[in-house]
Amino acid sequence: MKTNSVDLSLSTSIDDDNISNLIQEIKALTLRLFIQLIRRPSTLIAGILQPLIWLILFGALFSNAPDGFLPGGLSYGRFLGAGVIVFTAFSGALNAGLPVMFDREFGFLNRLLVAPLISRSSIVFASVIYITVISLLQSFAIMGTAALLGYGWPGSGGILLVSLTLLILVFAVTALSLGMAFALPGHIELIAVIFVINLPLLFASTALAPISYMPGWLGWLAALNPLTFAIEPIRAAYSGPLDLGLVILHAPYGDLNGYECLGILLGITIGLFLLIRPLLNRKLA
Amino acid sequence: MHVIELHELVKSYGTVQALNGLTLCVPEGSLYGLLGPNGAGKTTTLRILCTLLAPDSGEVIFSGIDVLKDPRAARRKLGYVAQEVAVDKILTGRELLQLQGDIYHLPVKDREIRINELVERLEMSSWINRRCGTYSGGMRRRLDLASGLLHKPKLLVLDEPTVGLDIESRSAVWQILKELRSEGVTVLLSSHYLEEVEALSDQIAILDQGRVIAEGTPEKLKNELGGDRVTLRVREFSTTEESEKVRRLLKKVEGVRQVVVNRAQGFSLNLVVDDEGALTRIREELDKDEVYIFSLTQSKPSLDDVYLQATGRTLMDAELAVAGKRDVKLETKQSMR
Ligand SMILES: Nc1ncnc2c1ncn2[C@@H]1O[C@H](COP(=O)(O)OP(=O)(O)OP(=O)(O)O)[C@@H](O)[C@H]1O
Ligand SMILES: [Mg+2]
Repeated sequence: MKTNSVDLSLSTSIDDDNISNLIQEIKALTLRLFIQLIRRPSTLIAGILQPLIWLILFGALFSNAPDGFLPGGLSYGRFLGAGVIVFTAFSGALNAGLPVMFDREFGFLNRLLVAPLISRSSIVFASVIYITVISLLQSFAIMGTAALLGYGWPGSGGILLVSLTLLILVFAVTALSLGMAFALPGHIELIAVIFVINLPLLFASTALAPISYMPGWLGWLAALNPLTFAIEPIRAAYSGPLDLGLVILHAPYGDLNGYECLGILLGITIGLFLLIRPLLNRKLA
Repeated sequence: MHVIELHELVKSYGTVQALNGLTLCVPEGSLYGLLGPNGAGKTTTLRILCTLLAPDSGEVIFSGIDVLKDPRAARRKLGYVAQEVAVDKILTGRELLQLQGDIYHLPVKDREIRINELVERLEMSSWINRRCGTYSGGMRRRLDLASGLLHKPKLLVLDEPTVGLDIESRSAVWQILKELRSEGVTVLLSSHYLEEVEALSDQIAILDQGRVIAEGTPEKLKNELGGDRVTLRVREFSTTEESEKVRRLLKKVEGVRQVVVNRAQGFSLNLVVDDEGALTRIREELDKDEVYIFSLTQSKPSLDDVYLQATGRTLMDAELAVAGKRDVKLETKQSMR
């Protein structure tokens, strides 16, 4: 009675049954995260307040900058909004591995790992859905506040663009964080890595200042930083009528338009996810 | 037919050799007990069987499935109740069971029916809608048992299912395990309680230092050992000299083995006799020297005797010896993978 052993984690013919099972497991894992959020809302409240504080304080810091301080005559508040939106989503996603790490440490993860999950990537997808929803909530709070502060409103096309960009970014960073949650020895190490990655990536991006303000080496870093590819399209939505065909990033290696930025971001995301998948299945190795 | 076949499993954690060529076959429909002192390799064996851990070498066959090659097929048919119970404190028991049902892909309607069935059967209805964070150890165990059973597995694996439970919860768990067996589910459990294994299991394997050192029904193991255990007293509380004298006398008797003085029990004498005749010869020998027998009890060997015979030490001694050697911190760290 030997069943022929196919490795379902890679390439099986995915039939309808598998798909509905996949949806069922992702739904259940996601639901758990939202139940936790609703019963412990403090993280959500802090997560919404924090970027607003950023926006208000940083916006105020440069509010007396001379006209023409930024390229295109943008006010600093307008310039900053996109940076805060992206950075907020980024930090949220970077922390996504922590609950999984705690599940590992408390043994809850074993429950999931002895179950016949169609794919262990379901754990990643559940976190991605969860973090994306939170990021969108945060972004709307940021955009609303920015509008109140007179920093403008991106329009409906802009909002669509914000959602799409965040989805791609959150996917990449969540996958990365979950990969680390499986690979690192414990939450102390994970927190250390998050700590080391978080702020440097913010400063070495165009979130707070354009590349033209940076010394050469930092400009290079910023022009390679995935955050930049997410920030610039959103910023474009803030600085006028949205046209992704326009050049929006003057990188040391050349000019990029909006489509190219999003394309690079998508490429990085897919690459990261493929890189991290083996880590999830490694549990049996 | 064997539902589980483990062949020559080897597993080491760094320098610690946890499994040392362990081979074990579990008959379908049995209630099988793994008995062994702390650190014998019980948890490691069960984790390998449940696809949570890969052995360094060896073979794992469950229900015709090569578990190492096709773990997902195996996962569908087995339920695992871990040694440390992990619950999500924020969820209610019912929500946890629903999550469990979903990751086993039960259709929602069946899932609810099954949950209600188990809630009733395990008597959880008065607290199942409360958050898990408020549960006692016994409640968590029952919840965990329910989640292991939700998808009607062919095999239920339990790692020390009653450790830390009060007597009432413990016998409730025992009762359920027996019922499951009569329903045709194979139950594999580990324990270091002799009484538990003896009371429950129809088959046992004794593990020591990562291998199986004895295996079979409790009766078979005890009979194989041969001989009856005899406790003899010449006085309610004897003295060293008197016991020593009796011991020398007894050693001369044919068919008497392993005579020891048990200081802890008022210098009574423990010995093994191979046949009924030996008891008569003991009486005759003692009569000659005018030593009178105050009491004499005779019993079949126990599982502890089996363990003693196989390893040269009692289970208790083995536990004490290991207790000092383990690095608990390191282990919790590594076992959480
Ligand atoms: N994660 C780990 N890292 C290092 N050593 C480990 C780890 N897990 C188990 N060991 C070692 O492997 C051996 C077998 O451990 P195992 O947990 O399988 O024993 P056990 O029979 O379940 O013991 P117990 O009755 O205490 O639960 C022990 O010597 C233990 O110290
Ligand atoms: Mg154990």
